Amino acid sequence: MQKLIQWVDDRLPIVEAWNKHLAKYYAPKNFNVWYFFGSLAMLVLVNQLVTGIWLTMSYNPSAEGAFASVEYIMRDVEWGWLLRYLHSTGASAFFIVVYLHMFRGLMYGSYQKPRELIWIFGMLIYLVLMAEAFMGYLLPWGQMSYWGAQVIVNLFGAIPVIGEDLSLWIRGDYLISGITLNRFFALHVVALPIVLLGLVVLHILALHEVGSNNPDGIDIKKNKDENGIPKDGIPFHPYYTVHDLLGVGVFFFIFFIVVFFFPEMGGLFLEKPNFEPANALKTPAHIAPVWYFTPFYAMLRAVTVDFIGLPAKFWGVVVMGGAIAILFVLPWLDRSPVRSIRYKGWLSKIALAVFAVSFVILGYLGLVPATEGRTTVAQILTVVYFLYFILMPFYTRMEKTKPVPERVTG
Amino acid sequence: MRKLIFGLFIAVLPALGLAAGAGVPLDHIETDHTDKQSLQSGASLFTNYCMGCHSMEYARYKRVADDLEVPVALYEENLIFTGAKIGELMKNSMSKDMAAGWFGAPPPDLTLESRLRGEAWVYSYLRGFYKDETRPLGVNNVVFANVGMPHVMVDLQGLCAVPPSIGVGASVEPLSGNVKNGDACPEYAIEGSMTAAEFDKAMYDLTNFLSYMADPVKVERERLGIFVLIFVAIFFVFAYLLNREYWKDVH
Repeated sequence: MQKLIQWVDDRLPIVEAWNKHLAKYYAPKNFNVWYFFGSLAMLVLVNQLVTGIWLTMSYNPSAEGAFASVEYIMRDVEWGWLLRYLHSTGASAFFIVVYLHMFRGLMYGSYQKPRELIWIFGMLIYLVLMAEAFMGYLLPWGQMSYWGAQVIVNLFGAIPVIGEDLSLWIRGDYLISGITLNRFFALHVVALPIVLLGLVVLHILALHEVGSNNPDGIDIKKNKDENGIPKDGIPFHPYYTVHDLLGVGVFFFIFFIVVFFFPEMGGLFLEKPNFEPANALKTPAHIAPVWYFTPFYAMLRAVTVDFIGLPAKFWGVVVMGGAIAILFVLPWLDRSPVRSIRYKGWLSKIALAVFAVSFVILGYLGLVPATEGRTTVAQILTVVYFLYFILMPFYTRMEKTKPVPERVTG
Repeated sequence: MRKLIFGLFIAVLPALGLAAGAGVPLDHIETDHTDKQSLQSGASLFTNYCMGCHSMEYARYKRVADDLEVPVALYEENLIFTGAKIGELMKNSMSKDMAAGWFGAPPPDLTLESRLRGEAWVYSYLRGFYKDETRPLGVNNVVFANVGMPHVMVDLQGLCAVPPSIGVGASVEPLSGNVKNGDACPEYAIEGSMTAAEFDKAMYDLTNFLSYMADPVKVERERLGIFVLIFVAIFFVFAYLLNREYWKDVH
């Protein structure tokens, strides 16, 4: 065995890679529960890839056969129902862990210098993940698949001048059709997963270059022992590999409760109208995107006035796009001398709490039909969402921060 | 201004749709996919009363026969009318185009109906027919207003003279099969062969069968789920001990 490793290592630096990324990658020893979600995102990604490959073996990407092939998978394919529920539940689980992972970043300032690129790669992953989820959602070819895609692709039509042609180009047809289904299938199973994997590699390489942040937001590389090893660092393997197994256990327990007992999750993970095949002549009474898109959908609907000659729908798209775009510049908005929320002032703490609550309420509002009162609430919360970012350079600079300890605390 | 009003109108439109869809009160039902007798009775009702018009085109006869513990020969003899083989999909011989002409819309496939509309909806709908001379077929339904479907089980239930009271407490006790507050209909225009309680039980069986058809793997899934969770729990114990052992020397 040793000889084989030596033989390979002479030709490919596997020992070096192992040491660099696992055995001699020193991570801060004070990771808390929020640090499970990165490795859990990887776990869910693997689940999506593996179950996805097997689903592809029995799925038929055509307008005539897609819906029936999903039911074929559910009924006739050995363990097909399990593959499908693992994949559909995995999609929602992916967003849950990614949202928590992002919130961790917001809390502990993990996007701050020198980790700007990690944050940007992460945001690109989030963007590709949304595209991946959106295109995957069309594939079962149910009513909500169809009309959800119709609504979202039509949004591109709101862009002045090129809009109509652009949405036509995306669909490949005048309405969502088998042609759209085929191209979404190709993008969902080949193109986007490749991009996603590439971005994940970049995300991790960039992380391992500068090292992990921690709940105290202090730089562990400033305090090294005589061997050049950070005093507050421990090797990722075996310490965090065994530690992450705990997270895997808890995650799987919750995940499998959903997969085996509540695969529809009360209509949140699998929407009821999707148990009816797509019908271009019958619009569902209420079209709602899947829960992980609803905060942005609520922002889209919150814009109800025309402005400088352009329709409200266009500005809705601008607001929705802006809500995601503004996340990219976050590293340059935070002017605080400290990273972690533990040592920031009360303004930052209140801002983050209000922001998180707003995002969750927007998610709820995007799920339910709009009423006048709800639209007003959505408008206020959309403003709150943007103010969190726009005011960040001011409140992070003016507030009084607490002194940061030299070494990590508990 | 007109655009704004139109925009607001579009914005509240979905709310109106939902109000129309969810506003109808429904009778609660607790289905039980392990009750083979009930499922068999439901399968028999479905085949005899529904399948002439409604297919179950995503499911296969063989699977139903096996899951419901009906011998294949018995199933073929009594529950397949189209001459289909036991391994085939449960389609029917009605042409969708002709059906659209007769009823206004082709009768939908019912494989997934109970997951689409919900079990309570199905159970209430089946018991919601009443006499209404203004409708082309002389009947209407309290759950699905102006439905194009005739009351096919009129010889069993009879025909209620007034809209029956659905969603006001009538329900079947799943264990005993007793019906509480059974008489949803106070007065019948046509008498049927079943009592109100018998008919409610029959519709419980039919709904149970539709619920099983929409999610045939449910019993097996939940049985396996228990073992999977036990496995994960044991895994967690070992992961916890392993983690504790390694982290002993981190201070």
